[in-house]
Amino acid sequence: MTTIRIENASRRHFLQGAASLTLAIYVPAGQAAGASKKAASAATIEPNAFLRIGQDNSVTVISKHLEMGQGSYTGLATIVAEELDADWSQVRVESAPADAKRYNNLSWGPAQGTGGSTAVGNSWEQLRKAGASARAMLVAAAARKWQVPPAEITVANGVVMHQASGRKASFGELVSAAADEVPPPNVKLKEPKDFKLIGKRIARKDNTDKTTGKAVYTQDIHLPGMLTAVVAHAPRFGAKVKSFDAAKARAVKGVVNVLQIPTGVAVLAKDTWSAKKGRDALTVEWDESAAFKLGSEQILEKYRELAKSPGTVASRTGDADKALSAAAHTLEATYDFPYLAHAAMEPMNCVVQLGKDGCEVWNGDQMQTGDQMALAKLFGLAPEQVRINTLYAGGSFGRRANKDSDYVLEAANIVKANGAGAPVKLVWLREDDMRAGYYRPMFHHRLSAGLDEQGKLVGWRHRLVGQSVLAGSPFAAAIKDGIDPTSVEGAHKLPYAIANMLVDLHTPTDIHVPVLWWRSVGSTHTAFSTECFIDELAHAAKKDPVAWRLSMLGQHPRHAAVLKLAADKAGWGTPLPAGQAGERRGRGVAVHESFKTYVAQVAEVTVKDDGTFRVERIVCAVDCGIAINPDIIRAQVEGSVGLALATVMNGGITLTDGKVDQSNFHDYQPVRIADMPRVEVHIVPSSANPSGIGEPAVPPLAPAVANALAAATGKRARKLPITADMLKA
Amino acid sequence: MVTLNINGKATRVDAEPDTPLLWVLRDTLQLTGTKFGCGMALCGACTVHLDGQPVRSCSTPLSAAAGKKIVTVEGVGRERVGKVVQEAWQRLDVVQCGYCQSGQIMSAVALLEKNRKPTDADIDNAMGGNVCRCATYVRIRAAIHEAANSLA
Repeated sequence: MTTIRIENASRRHFLQGAASLTLAIYVPAGQAAGASKKAASAATIEPNAFLRIGQDNSVTVISKHLEMGQGSYTGLATIVAEELDADWSQVRVESAPADAKRYNNLSWGPAQGTGGSTAVGNSWEQLRKAGASARAMLVAAAARKWQVPPAEITVANGVVMHQASGRKASFGELVSAAADEVPPPNVKLKEPKDFKLIGKRIARKDNTDKTTGKAVYTQDIHLPGMLTAVVAHAPRFGAKVKSFDAAKARAVKGVVNVLQIPTGVAVLAKDTWSAKKGRDALTVEWDESAAFKLGSEQILEKYRELAKSPGTVASRTGDADKALSAAAHTLEATYDFPYLAHAAMEPMNCVVQLGKDGCEVWNGDQMQTGDQMALAKLFGLAPEQVRINTLYAGGSFGRRANKDSDYVLEAANIVKANGAGAPVKLVWLREDDMRAGYYRPMFHHRLSAGLDEQGKLVGWRHRLVGQSVLAGSPFAAAIKDGIDPTSVEGAHKLPYAIANMLVDLHTPTDIHVPVLWWRSVGSTHTAFSTECFIDELAHAAKKDPVAWRLSMLGQHPRHAAVLKLAADKAGWGTPLPAGQAGERRGRGVAVHESFKTYVAQVAEVTVKDDGTFRVERIVCAVDCGIAINPDIIRAQVEGSVGLALATVMNGGITLTDGKVDQSNFHDYQPVRIADMPRVEVHIVPSSANPSGIGEPAVPPLAPAVANALAAATGKRARKLPITADMLKA
Repeated sequence: MVTLNINGKATRVDAEPDTPLLWVLRDTLQLTGTKFGCGMALCGACTVHLDGQPVRSCSTPLSAAAGKKIVTVEGVGRERVGKVVQEAWQRLDVVQCGYCQSGQIMSAVALLEKNRKPTDADIDNAMGGNVCRCATYVRIRAAIHEAANSLA
């Protein structure tokens, strides 16, 4: 019954197989000149492989990026298929093997991974060249076969044609001839006006398997002899196992082993339910001498205290202190943000098998080569001996790109303790996933600003307090002059023309809660504080919030364009239809750039007298450069709105005496269907290179909603989530 | 040994009677289309039909499923409503990560089996127990309406 449908390029022959059934086409990495392995004598770089064409006429695009829902497989395949002039129906997608040289993220350097909304942007040129180069080889092969000039050959919808002679051939029919072709050193890319797939609504490549139960996620892997592990984790961060009694766990039918590992006690069983029962039957005594024992309230008190003194300067323009003391009006506000769990629908899990020659991993892997190195180190292997099969991830929102490879190493440590042989599937139950940390950090912001007599914004001071995501991680080198860029992004540079600005940061190092990027990272909190405060200042200056923002966006036309578009489409300036008796209604706006994508949103809300509220409608304008697949862009905005709305309506992760209060979806509530607003998405036509869309629609949602609630009630939110008691009539 | 009727097929399984149906489907029978999300009937990712009723298989013991007609996402497309719903999901590109969608589809099919013209409020009621962290709800709603139109 074991049927695993894993397509992984590592399992196939590459160039060695060129004379066989498939043709592997290589293109040079990045801008560097190079050639295929076939011409390796002249090459100085490792070639990259993104495409395989079969004699069965299949076009297989090899994705170096994880598909975790954002449509990367479809977007990347579209780019290749466009330049190749393939027919969309013949295109399929496979995950690439972990390889820091061939499959690195070009915006990260020598590391493979998916994040920062970079998948399409960093692949754009690389995959266009891959497709165009393959097309040129097919054309050359046909020209040679048909004895006609290549310039007379056209390609459309997967068919290579010579009009004058009426000859035509499918890609598959040209494979063996094309195997003798050398990829051309230079290829001409299409003019955007000639795009046939890019910019059109074409179906996702994963939508059939994901609607019929056939898509394979890590959770679905079954290997011969596989054991499933469920782990007892410490109730507090930093605690260790002191002792444990496994007698009752071992007595559970199906349990085969109980092992101490660095992160707790693992119960291995023949199936998940037995492992869970075994885990629940364990008695573990924890050594809490080094455990972190503060609660959220105490952490917040510390942060508020820290915010009273200057931090490390993140950016400085003019003299903010002087401007504020000379201002006609000054405003001050603080904002508080809780920890957030990613809570992807598929709780973290990982399958690891250790053999004689190395280790094999099955995982919805978001940072393949980081995980590869961590496993190689643990097992004493060379990185290339760690083979990673990247599967679909059932969501991530950043969680599966773990800087410490936490859950991957936990699975590997279980295998290490249990001994080579049996593959092990580590399964975190929902409670394990919710309480394991690696949250979006808690943050406290303090802002003050000054207006002159005419209502002009003359000074801006912004202080942030929160843990660093990058400190102590393999990415710590990105911390410059004491500033973790992920702490201040979205705050340290504002698009608004403000002559005097000071942004500083406190990075507490005594808070031992594991933190991580969470869909849109720093902008999850910086967009809220800056766009809520700007809105409050607009009202203080007695200006229209859209017009006032536009008056300061002269140097940032892309911000201004999305803001104008969203406002126009939302009917900004026209009165909202009145609510029912006992209802207040309001409209609010926010604009924010993240990951080179510009997004503005207008929210419409209805607030009842008891303070409960509903977001009725979100009008969103987005500029992400060339829109590869407008429908996926719309879908990403819709989804980002829903994910972000949970942080406004429902709440975050809190600690009491160091223990996480939440455990499952009853006390960490996602947005459900009835809460979902209408979402209208307007895409700015653009000829700029494409940027990302996985994250950038998250940041503006919360401030747009908070500004709408303020318009409806006159009450300004100072923290997330926004609760009914803050908005009572 | 318990005999289960799964997707029209009698299937004998050897598992403890308190084992949730979810894990029998997933681990014993390797019918992995039905997903584990929360284990507490809070998210609906594990939704299957038991005699036509949508149930959370993570909280349904094996003993309660014996003798009943069990339908999972792997089998739901064999009936007209299931097929129409899956096709509507595909046409509108509802899925993102896709992990919750088996459960969403099972809940949507159960709704449409009973109510061929659901209102938005009917959809909210029937789908309120199915969480999608990718928040594909806009399209779930649209796909249910589209499937209803196809069935009319």
